[in-house]
Amino acid sequence: MAPPPAQAVVEDNSGERASWFQVAPLVVVLLLFFGLPMLVVLAVSFFDFSRTEIIPAFIFDNYIDLFRSEVTFRLYASSLKFALIVWLVTLVLGFNIAYFLVFHVRGLLFQIGLFLLCTVPFLTSNIIRMISWIPFLGRNGIFNQALQGAGITSQPLEFLLFSDFAVIVAYVHLFTLFMVVPIFNSMARIDKSLLEAARDAGAGRFRVVAEVVLPLSRTGIALGSIFVVTLVMGDSFVVRTMSGGQSASVVSALQNEVAALQYPPAAASAVIMVIIVTLMVAAILRVVDVRKELAG
Amino acid sequence: MTRSSSETGKKVNRRTLLKGAAAGSAVVATQGIAGFPTVWAQNTKDVTLVHAGGSYAAIKEIGEQASKDLGFKIVMQAITDDVQLNRSLTQPQTIDINNIDSTKLPYLLGKGAIAPIPVAKYKLWGETVPLFTKGSYPNGKMASTQGLAPIEAMFYTDKDAKKLADKPTEFLTMIPTIYNADTLGIRPDLVGGRDKVTSWKDLLDPKYKGKTALVDYAPVGVMDVAMALEARGDFKYADKGNMTKDEIDKTIKIMIDLKKGGHFRSFWSTFDQSVNLMASGEVVIQSMWSPAVTAVRSRSIDCYYVPLKEGYRGWFVGLAPMAHLSGLKLDCAYEYMNWFNSGWQGGFIAKQGYYSAVPSTAKKFLTPEEWDYWYDGKPAAVDIKDPYGTLVEKKGSTRDGGGIWDRMGNIACWNTVMDEDRYLTRRWNEFVSS
Repeated sequence: MAPPPAQAVVEDNSGERASWFQVAPLVVVLLLFFGLPMLVVLAVSFFDFSRTEIIPAFIFDNYIDLFRSEVTFRLYASSLKFALIVWLVTLVLGFNIAYFLVFHVRGLLFQIGLFLLCTVPFLTSNIIRMISWIPFLGRNGIFNQALQGAGITSQPLEFLLFSDFAVIVAYVHLFTLFMVVPIFNSMARIDKSLLEAARDAGAGRFRVVAEVVLPLSRTGIALGSIFVVTLVMGDSFVVRTMSGGQSASVVSALQNEVAALQYPPAAASAVIMVIIVTLMVAAILRVVDVRKELAG
Repeated sequence: MTRSSSETGKKVNRRTLLKGAAAGSAVVATQGIAGFPTVWAQNTKDVTLVHAGGSYAAIKEIGEQASKDLGFKIVMQAITDDVQLNRSLTQPQTIDINNIDSTKLPYLLGKGAIAPIPVAKYKLWGETVPLFTKGSYPNGKMASTQGLAPIEAMFYTDKDAKKLADKPTEFLTMIPTIYNADTLGIRPDLVGGRDKVTSWKDLLDPKYKGKTALVDYAPVGVMDVAMALEARGDFKYADKGNMTKDEIDKTIKIMIDLKKGGHFRSFWSTFDQSVNLMASGEVVIQSMWSPAVTAVRSRSIDCYYVPLKEGYRGWFVGLAPMAHLSGLKLDCAYEYMNWFNSGWQGGFIAKQGYYSAVPSTAKKFLTPEEWDYWYDGKPAAVDIKDPYGTLVEKKGSTRDGGGIWDRMGNIACWNTVMDEDRYLTRRWNEFVSS
């Protein structure tokens, strides 16, 4: 997923050869540890299977079952719904936090200090950060007690925990930083005199953000979006824990199959998943040409 | 649950020394000499055996005690069921002693991964509870054969170990170690009293809407609901442990309707989740494991493991040597498996609420008061502590459900893997995603 080095765009021919040489180690690693296993998964997805064996074959049954099942579409609908909502929320949050850090906080030291503060929660484990929401949002949790204590509600709100709401809260909490970092990075490269020029030309605050800052942060937004979307699509743990097993994701269903030793259908499901996520990333990259933006 | 091992070791050792040292060490010593004259300490000290199993069975302290008693090294590896099955089939060399959940046996059958155990190699077969040796309770009554009953899983037809036999033979699939009777746990304070729940059907009672939970594991989750549906009189299953496609469909349909109506609060996949759901009051009635009930109570929250009138859901696990073992290592494996049921382990897991396949040896490693509480269902004469020395029950309390045969003698159905497990997994995924 790492963008190729900027030199790749240099016109000169010898430079191009050198850049190929530079990406070679990455290519080798990717082929060996991603390409090859992916090929194995692809091969297994056409295999037949019994209770404990996978039987080499070339059948399409696993794919046919997958596309025939209503569950598949429901799972993708659910995962895509989560991906879209979480993407929107983290984008709004990430853009605003990065904007504040870059344009409102004065002094590099203070900026970096606050930026590091954003990363502090990430010094604890993912799992702990997520699980601590459970006692907070629970029926007799702190939040419900506070609401009732303040007289806002008379009954505990049940939808707070073990629900889609809880899943989204945990995703946003876990993944916002992945949006903040790349956007912060692209905003920090914006020449401040551009903003002054826009203001001198009579643009209001909102127009400056919409027509100068936003277009110039698009690389960061694209990269952040790739992180968030792929993380949500590939997740099973958060959805399982925070929904109390009431919601499923594509990957959690795949895990159930693996646990029951049903590898070929799991492999078929994985292949389709990779294709869909790749298409999503390709779509994002089509909107924003990250290579060009980084080189420029 | 985590505690320093040195502290644990000390406590257990002291108790061992005081109460059962003479008897206990005698058992081990005699076996070492009389049973295996070829296995001498100087040859075996370099032997290491990897024992892999679920976290409830492959307990570090047990491995340490075995290493001390036997003179060779036991490495305990606590892993999840699917990882264990995977390793057993695809990398059998990485395991020496396989701690098998009976429901995983059908997956291993005929794969040449585990070796059959000639009955003669296992010294304690005569003292093993008849549930495993004959399929009956001590009073002679035959145990239920719904699901995978012990008698259906204990024996191979012959030494080729390709097929399970339905009656005793000379070749054991595994040495039975621990077993228990599972049921529903409730919060008496939140359901209005201990007597408010008496049947599996209460799990589906609309008054507990939004306050129930199931295990997030298809074979067990579906069976618990089947127990409830049968109790409610919806329909009768030919064998709840081996449903037909039609029965699976009918059951899942009702489950989906219940789920859509908000009947379930959550599905748990780990021990801790089940404890937290109950302790926090998110759930007031759910399928649970015995030690989880104890864990809720240890937080001073009342939790009751209800003896239901339709009976319990039973399970058992055992040990089998992997087929790649031979010579000295195989001899050590037999010696270890004999040690395993010779008492120390049985005493240890009794205090977790599990039963030993050879209770007579476990008894030597329990105080009479502990035995009375855990096995006989009598009121505790002293405070009852878990294997790590933590107080679990105050003096005067009684084990829920009573003595061993009040509980184990009333199994309605055994944990199992169904013939239609592939279909079940598919329908379960549909249920979870609905």
